[in-house]
Amino acid sequence: MDFATFLVQCLNAVQYGLLLFLVASGLTLIFGIMGVINLAHGSFYMLGAYLAFGLAPLFGQQFLTMLTVGVLLSALFGFVLEWAFFSYLYQREHLQQVLMTYALILVFEEARSLVVGNDVHGVQAPQWLAGSFALGGLMAYPWYRVFASVACLVVALALYWVVNRTRLGMMIRAGASNRDMVRGLGVDIRMLYRVVFAGGVALAALAGMIAAPLSSVYPGMGGSVLIICFVVVVIGGIGSISGALVASLLVGFVDTFGKVFFAELSGIGVYLLMAVILVWRPEGLMKRGY
Amino acid sequence: MLPVAAALALLALPAVLTPYGHDLVVRIAIYAIFALSLELLVGMTGLVSLGHAAFLGVGAYVPVLATGGGAAASLAWLLPAAVGAAAAYALFVGALSLRTKGVYFIMVTLAFAQMAYFVFHDTKLGGGSDGIFLYAKPVLAFGGSPWVDLDDKHHLYYAVVAALVFTYGLLALLARSRFGHALTGIRVNEQRMRAAGFATYGYKLAAFVIAGALAGLAGFLLAVKDGAVNPELLSWHESGAVLLMIILGGIGSLRGAVVGAIAFTLLKELYQSEALLGPLAGHWQLTLGFTIIAFVAWMPKGLTGLRWPGAGPGHG
Repeated sequence: MDFATFLVQCLNAVQYGLLLFLVASGLTLIFGIMGVINLAHGSFYMLGAYLAFGLAPLFGQQFLTMLTVGVLLSALFGFVLEWAFFSYLYQREHLQQVLMTYALILVFEEARSLVVGNDVHGVQAPQWLAGSFALGGLMAYPWYRVFASVACLVVALALYWVVNRTRLGMMIRAGASNRDMVRGLGVDIRMLYRVVFAGGVALAALAGMIAAPLSSVYPGMGGSVLIICFVVVVIGGIGSISGALVASLLVGFVDTFGKVFFAELSGIGVYLLMAVILVWRPEGLMKRGY
Repeated sequence: MLPVAAALALLALPAVLTPYGHDLVVRIAIYAIFALSLELLVGMTGLVSLGHAAFLGVGAYVPVLATGGGAAASLAWLLPAAVGAAAAYALFVGALSLRTKGVYFIMVTLAFAQMAYFVFHDTKLGGGSDGIFLYAKPVLAFGGSPWVDLDDKHHLYYAVVAALVFTYGLLALLARSRFGHALTGIRVNEQRMRAAGFATYGYKLAAFVIAGALAGLAGFLLAVKDGAVNPELLSWHESGAVLLMIILGGIGSLRGAVVGAIAFTLLKELYQSEALLGPLAGHWQLTLGFTIIAFVAWMPKGLTGLRWPGAGPGHG
């Protein structure tokens, strides 16, 4: 493997890892703060991809406007969904949460099939991001992938700023470490939950929208992302955003280079990584530190 | 008394069954074994596993891979091989995932099941995503004449019923044994069990391996019944479905697992039936999804938890 190929694979790994981080950070926040295990989180990723497919013709070259509209729509969806459904799950056992959110996946998949059918679709990247730049003579790297990495990085930094530097973030951190105390101090915890949930949905949907031009938009695309995100959360430590970032990048590298070196067994590498981490640190790399 | 009566009824049933009914009963009995194996983990030990289908799948793939395209292999070594392989994978998964607790455990078991799924889905080992056929079904022969030939549908029927009775009996004995009481203790308060001097990790691992082996038994029977296997047997939808069966029937009793397997299979059959539901049958996931939500929301104790109004607390 020459240096240029290596560099391209590294860029791919970072881009994939950052995309995973957007989905996994929402998942880990929702679990860390509300104690809900949400199997339907992958469906929000799928929702985002299909939103991109539906909105792209309306916005044409206004890709950033489209992303903004998509994020707002999915946040609204998350807000309503929390109010109508998830707020009833907090008092339930994990087993019941698993089943209810499993049922929700079935409902989402069927709703998707009713609305847009079961075909595989493609989404065009906007023209101003089309094309690629040369890398070391023979290789070329598409601009859209650079955009995807940068966009995810910006969102990750924004998330870091919100959680560590704002009043809302302070309540989120407090809620993650001691729910009852936060409630006792007079924070409207129901509203906090709703906002965090809507944020998690928006993050996952944003990841789906960004991923749509990279991969195709297809039925069942949420399931595989969900399980990889579980791996990320287990490796990073539940409730830890920085842990999720480290773990996402780790998973991105293992998966990308696994595909290069062991094409047939590439699906397994990530799980072996998880097995090693479990032996070494059963509670994840960073247990609930921010 | 009820389980014994049900077993006797099962023995007499083939005389009156149509081919469709025959197939349905065999399928339900296999899923009942699968659900019972998970009940040992969830109901008795309090470990919620979302990756139980992996062991079903391993148990199903072994007879197919071991037979290959060749002649019928002997049940005498094929069945132990299938159950043993499932138990071995359960030992690996259990040893690692039992280092975690609660929601971590749920996610880790799911992830390891997905790993097994990818082994069969991505490599040529088991025919990739298309799966592979089992051409020659296992037989058990003594002195040249086959005693049990699983290609014969009546032989298969009685073999499945025998496996179900064996599983039910084994778990009923386990529940009454010292081992079973220790598992109950771990479910109720693991900290206290550890303080009382029980090596709880070992107990949980033993339960995990037994559950995996029994799921492998169910997988073996499923492969023989269908004559084919594919990676979807190991998918997490299957793991979710079996979890659903035991909660549908009612967690905390063996008959709950059996009732749940019956109810779930019939429910799915009903929702997929075009004759009864018309065009809605094409969207069975929607109806099933809403049924699950309604069910878990309003009947968390399951079907066996139902009591006639005014009958007072039950003793099921």
